[in-house]
Amino acid sequence: MKKYLLKRIAISIMTLLVILLVLFLMLEYMPGSPFNDEKLTVDQLALLNQKYGLDQPVIIRFFNYIKNMLTGDFGVSYTISKNTPISTLLQTRLPISLRVGGQAVLLGTIVGLVLGVIAAIKHNTIWDTLTTVISVLGVSLPSYVFALGLSYYLGFKVTLFPLLYSAEAAFKSSVLPTIALCMFTIATIARFTRTEMLEVLGSDYMQLAESKGISGIKLLTRHALRNALIPIITVLAPLIVGLMTGSLVIEKIFSIPGIGSLLVTAIQSNDYNVIVALAFIYSAMYIGIMLVVDILYGVVDPRIRLAKEDNHE
Amino acid sequence: MSKELNYENIEFLENDFELVGKDNLAHESTLYANQSYWKDVLGRLKNNKGAIIGLICIILISFMAIVGVGLNGHSYDSQVIAHQNLAPRIPVIENIGIFDGSETMNTSQGAVEVNKYVSNDGSKTGLEDVYYWFGTDVLGRDIFTRTWIGTRISLYIALIAVVIDIIFGLSYGLISGYFGGAVDNIMQRFAEVLNGIPSLVIVTLLIIVMKPGLTTITFSLMITGWIGMNRIARAQMLKLKEQEFVLASRTLGAKSFFIIFKEILPNILGPIITNTMFSIPNAIFTEAFLAFIGLGVPAPMASLGSLISDAFKSFTTHPYMIVAPVLILAILMLSFNMLADGIRDAFDPKMKEM
Repeated sequence: MKKYLLKRIAISIMTLLVILLVLFLMLEYMPGSPFNDEKLTVDQLALLNQKYGLDQPVIIRFFNYIKNMLTGDFGVSYTISKNTPISTLLQTRLPISLRVGGQAVLLGTIVGLVLGVIAAIKHNTIWDTLTTVISVLGVSLPSYVFALGLSYYLGFKVTLFPLLYSAEAAFKSSVLPTIALCMFTIATIARFTRTEMLEVLGSDYMQLAESKGISGIKLLTRHALRNALIPIITVLAPLIVGLMTGSLVIEKIFSIPGIGSLLVTAIQSNDYNVIVALAFIYSAMYIGIMLVVDILYGVVDPRIRLAKEDNHE
Repeated sequence: MSKELNYENIEFLENDFELVGKDNLAHESTLYANQSYWKDVLGRLKNNKGAIIGLICIILISFMAIVGVGLNGHSYDSQVIAHQNLAPRIPVIENIGIFDGSETMNTSQGAVEVNKYVSNDGSKTGLEDVYYWFGTDVLGRDIFTRTWIGTRISLYIALIAVVIDIIFGLSYGLISGYFGGAVDNIMQRFAEVLNGIPSLVIVTLLIIVMKPGLTTITFSLMITGWIGMNRIARAQMLKLKEQEFVLASRTLGAKSFFIIFKEILPNILGPIITNTMFSIPNAIFTEAFLAFIGLGVPAPMASLGSLISDAFKSFTTHPYMIVAPVLILAILMLSFNMLADGIRDAFDPKMKEM
């Protein structure tokens, strides 16, 4: 277990370093210099370079860069809001994104689980078919199709919910984005839960538990669901990716002032520093979550750990 | 000891054995008709309704992507300023009251039915004989033609996804799994590090360096698209490489290349094809997503994603603009997913989700 853990952590750190290196090299070798004023003399340039530490060797600058990125000093924004430190931009935007994302995860997981369990218990009934249809639709359709449909019918035609996000009605205006964002989560989790539950329900120990007289909710939660839930950790990775890409689009559609829409604006207006900072944040979040997921695997199910140690998968 | 047979003393006579002859053989093969593996797979696929519907939809859409562009006389990039924001109008069908070129406009005075093709007061609009089957966009371009041009892009992306899966992912995984040891270790650590970077980040960074466009999208698919296939191919290789037929081939003097691609590859085609099929909708989705956030193919070229993105800007006033590209994209994604599901179940009935 220790060896496995160390290996996972080492790989995560490696990945983060590779990303930092790529970002650093891009900054380094992009054409142009930060000091473009033609009136600057050679001496002044040297002074400026010294002030910002640009006269030091590449290696030292790389380490400085790593230090800056890890301590949250991402530099300033060029075009989106001039000379504002990016960390200030993030302070207001990150919580909003995290909240909408968190709501989507929560809602998606709960609805997905319930749908999956119902489909498994009422196997081969209308409920089962309904769940299958929902999960196929949810996996196949991009989240912005849902977003557009929801905002057209519930936001524009019926005006049940606001079309755009507003800070005053933070919860009410985040309902539609949350639903649009969590469709993929619902679909994936429902599909997986259904398969796992069917397998568990047909197993010998379930028959044993039933013949021992355990029944109803207790049988379902204590014996079936607990075992069915373990493999669901495996779908967490695609879910996170789906949420990340989904958030970009959803935040644009509903004009949510989060980091997703910030990245889209930054790309469209070529705000280089912001793009780099967000690329780093997205990667760091992703790597962190993947590390936790991988460690969880090992803790929850020793079989996976052993298999992983065997053939490095 | 006396019970033991003394083989040296047994004598075989000429009539001890007799020839059974062809007629007396039990014909097991007639009881169970010889079903080849591929025939079996195909049969199972044929019985899967969803997969067949998906396949038919894909064929229809591909056909329209080839033919549809030149079908109604408009070109995808010609703009007629006088023909802005025209609602869909189709000959013949317009007589039953739908697709007659009218749309409902929501104004401050309430909803009004507007038809820009024919005016109700008898004056000429000059558009009486003009038909835009799916309407026109804000710049006066024919949405019908643009939709099929966009479909071409999506299908091209699907093709690219397959090629990348086969060329990069498959070879990488097979080679890594076959040689094992240090080679495998280095190759898999590299893939793992690359896999740890969200593809979203890779794409964004690529786009800073390169211009947005089809080449950039292709590149970003190349960087990220092969890792899943690499895993599958490697796992299959690990399963098969210790088996006797590989040993036999090696004993007979076969080289590594021959063993990998001629001995093992044909035996793992099932999972490989399944995985390739699943990577197609993913790739199409990636393109549509990139186009939607403004990183797609540059104008006047259109992709389904960029059409949806453009139409989104005016979708509360002219909702018809967004319907066609969204529908085609949705049907395409659904079809590929259903076909992939069907192919997976056909290759491995045990995997079928009960």
